[in-house]
Amino acid sequence: MDDLLREFLTETAEHLDTVDQELVRFEQNPRDDAILRNVFRLVHTIKGTCGFLGLPRLEALAHAAESLMGRLQDGMPVTSEAVTLILATVDRIKLILAELDRAAAEPAGSDGEIIAELERAAGLQQDERGARPVSAEELDRAFRAASGPGESPVAPLAADLPAPLGQDEGASSRVQTIRVAVDTIEHLMTMVSELVLTRNQLLDISRRSEGDAAFKAPLQRLSHVTAELQDGIMKTRMQPIGSAWAKLPRIVRDLAPELGKRVELVMSGAGTELDRQVLELVRDPLTHMVRNAVDHGIETPELRLAQGKPQQGTIRLSAVQEGGSITIEIADDGGGLDHAAIAQRASDLGLLAGQDVERMSEEQIAKLIFHPGFSTAAKVSAVSGRGVGMDVVNSNIAALGGTVEIASEAGRGSRFTIKIPLTLAILASLIVEAGGQRFALPQTAVLELVHVKTGSESAIERLHGAALLRLRGELLPVVELSGLLGLAADGAAERGDFVVVLQVGRKRFGLLVANVLETEEIVVKPMSSRLRHLSAFSGTTILGDGAIVLIIDPGGAAQLAGAALNRGPAELPSADEALAEAAERVTLLVFRGRHRVLKALPLSAVTRLEEVDAATIQEVGGSPTLSYRGRLMPVVPIDGPDGLKREGSQPLIVIEEGGRHLALAVHEIVDVVDAELDIDPVPGRSDLVGRALVRGVATEIVDIGHYVPRLGGHRAAGQDRRSLVLVDDSAFFRDMLVPVLKAAGFSVRTADSAAAARRCLARSPADALVVDLDLPDRNGLDLVDELRREPGLRLPQVVLLASSAGPEMLERAARLGIHDVVSKFDRSGLLAALAEFETAWDAAA
Amino acid sequence: MTAPDATADPPAALATYATVEIGDQLFGIPIEHVLDVFVVTCLTRVPLAPPEIAGLVNLRGRVLTMLDMRQRLGLPARPDQARRLAVGIEHRGESFGLIVDAVGDVMQLAAADLEPNPVHLDRRWAQLSRGIHPLSPRLLVVMDVEAALAPDRAALAA
Repeated sequence: MDDLLREFLTETAEHLDTVDQELVRFEQNPRDDAILRNVFRLVHTIKGTCGFLGLPRLEALAHAAESLMGRLQDGMPVTSEAVTLILATVDRIKLILAELDRAAAEPAGSDGEIIAELERAAGLQQDERGARPVSAEELDRAFRAASGPGESPVAPLAADLPAPLGQDEGASSRVQTIRVAVDTIEHLMTMVSELVLTRNQLLDISRRSEGDAAFKAPLQRLSHVTAELQDGIMKTRMQPIGSAWAKLPRIVRDLAPELGKRVELVMSGAGTELDRQVLELVRDPLTHMVRNAVDHGIETPELRLAQGKPQQGTIRLSAVQEGGSITIEIADDGGGLDHAAIAQRASDLGLLAGQDVERMSEEQIAKLIFHPGFSTAAKVSAVSGRGVGMDVVNSNIAALGGTVEIASEAGRGSRFTIKIPLTLAILASLIVEAGGQRFALPQTAVLELVHVKTGSESAIERLHGAALLRLRGELLPVVELSGLLGLAADGAAERGDFVVVLQVGRKRFGLLVANVLETEEIVVKPMSSRLRHLSAFSGTTILGDGAIVLIIDPGGAAQLAGAALNRGPAELPSADEALAEAAERVTLLVFRGRHRVLKALPLSAVTRLEEVDAATIQEVGGSPTLSYRGRLMPVVPIDGPDGLKREGSQPLIVIEEGGRHLALAVHEIVDVVDAELDIDPVPGRSDLVGRALVRGVATEIVDIGHYVPRLGGHRAAGQDRRSLVLVDDSAFFRDMLVPVLKAAGFSVRTADSAAAARRCLARSPADALVVDLDLPDRNGLDLVDELRREPGLRLPQVVLLASSAGPEMLERAARLGIHDVVSKFDRSGLLAALAEFETAWDAAA
Repeated sequence: MTAPDATADPPAALATYATVEIGDQLFGIPIEHVLDVFVVTCLTRVPLAPPEIAGLVNLRGRVLTMLDMRQRLGLPARPDQARRLAVGIEHRGESFGLIVDAVGDVMQLAAADLEPNPVHLDRRWAQLSRGIHPLSPRLLVVMDVEAALAPDRAALAA
């Protein structure tokens, strides 16, 4: 296609967007001549160019629209009909432009009808084509009043609208922009990357050959200029978010009357810039959300009046940059989300999967609108039913690494907050080496770096092949990156080196790498389509030396590591097959008490390990106490009052309970061991669960419950104790959990099988049921299912204990109305789940 | 450009191929796919990738996904890996490199002379072949570039 024509198409499309916007504004402020002048000027420009390019259809349309606008400028009253007519003309022009773009020629057809209407509206006699409804002088005068074509409206087309473009602007305030093809910029970007590589090679050579000092200064200059050039190119990729908003005023303007509503769209922060690529990807979600706000958010004028609100509803769209991300808010002052209707609809569609709506929080219900297949639009109008649902919005935003949050207040409106990264193209990263190869890790996921060496303070310890790192008293599961990626372990890992501590969601784990090389801002290149299925990588980049390096996706790495990490204290989602693992495999912290007796605690019960100077432990009110993190923490010697050291360092095991800490003073921390427990009870010892062989050595398994009550139950005295039934076939777990549950204020009954649990509940009801997934006679889920069907039985609130939980299991649990699924070893998680029931019970009372 | 029915041109049409050798076999790659020919250096391995993906190569700022054609065709790896040649291919906006044993001349062949694949041709080969040109002294297999770049269906099925 002709370059001239192509440019015309691009330019005209932008002009028309502006005309759309401006006309809507004009309708609201009919006395604002500046707006009209601006629109007039744009239409005039289009008309002029069409004439020049020989596009008669377009020219005639633009001319007719211009005539009507000329009349408006002359003081003819501005009616909604007139504006609608002009907008319809703009639509027709767009239609012809689309065809022009496709076929490089104006399509055949006649616009006589629309032109006639325009002319009628302009109060002129209908005439044959070629009539001059506006005198040449008139036109000329109007055109002179408008600003010249030099003031390019391109860049600020959607920028903050307040400054009327048509007002007399001094030459100095002109926005100087040019239009550049995206390909050109992308190509420049590639070239600059090449330049960076070359510069780095030069720097490398200069470093090696020390003699040539003469090269140093110019090389440094080159280096500097290259960096600035790269920065500059990056900036050209940035665009104001307003360009994604440009069409919204028109959409709202057209949509509202269709729905019998009156809506004003207020936009702020349109100048906020973000990467072109991100911009393209948020455009549709934003449009959809604004449509939604008009369709579902804003009420009809009658309803609004009845509620004492102004007839006209307001939708506020705002964008603001915060650090490396941009926050977009879409707020309306409508009725807020109708939680009941959403729940009802979700239930009709079968999306609730057995979940009890009564038990869902408003936030949970609100999130249902993101469910695939959900749409509350009962009437499929032009508004809804466009194929984009909120689920697509949600997944699009998530694909960008962003989030959507919903806040809603009945009668006051709702607010959607979208947070997305500014650019996908540049990533601050850490370059590491593993298996003889370099990889990039996004710094956003990196918490810290630990240099580990055998024998040093922070050392990797292995139990059954699973690596653990003691980090400031916390135990962190560690996986080897080379092993994770299936690269031959090069032995480097054994020699220690580095652990990169990563945070993915709530999970934290360490990645063992051979070496950490540098931090670098990398330019992200998409992964090849042939490799996109590899969840471990999110893309590639070219480093300064020209080498290609894969970018590790921390989420994908965490998933890969899932199985390896699940045995550690940090819980990670894992495959269902892990369920088959022996339930009684426990990671134990082994330590010595007085008389050097070996003792052990489940690692999950331990918050931190500390070592303090014995002298810092003081007697407060007759009990040993330590000032810990600004609070006083009771110190309990594990073997009675004489167990405290008088001098030297005192190892402590810190346990946390309801935000309070308790330290168990022990003689020495020995190890962390993965063991299968076969526990023999020891009668008369309430401090022990029993004895067991741990790595072939008789070890006392400590009952934390014995110590935990010292923290004091958090239920006020005199309050009725809630009754709870604990169903677990393992005596070890029952014994482990009962004291903890009692300390939390429950009266506890236990059952060792599903049958026993049913008998127990039949005798007298309970407030809560804690069920192990693996029962000897039945699966825990089946038990809950049966109890739910049992007539006359009031099913208590249920928490399921599982060593690990796959998605299928979670789904079934949700269907059965199971409130929470907690890892068997997650004591605090269990207590937190039970604490959440308080509200339900209080409501029932 | 990538229309698979390019061979269904009028009989008089000539098709232009860049010829390469893989194993002892001569292949013709339709010239419109070929960007350049280069020596493979600094190959970045991709852990967990399918076996035929040899790695990634930086070719003047472009990241090329390299396919080991011997692996793709089920041939044994080449004993000497010293100097590996590759043909750069552009497909659907992405860049690929096919690692081959040798690169030969560009040939113009009459589309009418293209014979269908023999029925007993190895399945992996048949997938990648659009047909055979019975040249003398050797046969030339016309490579279906799209199929060559697609995941190895035979390996998946196995």
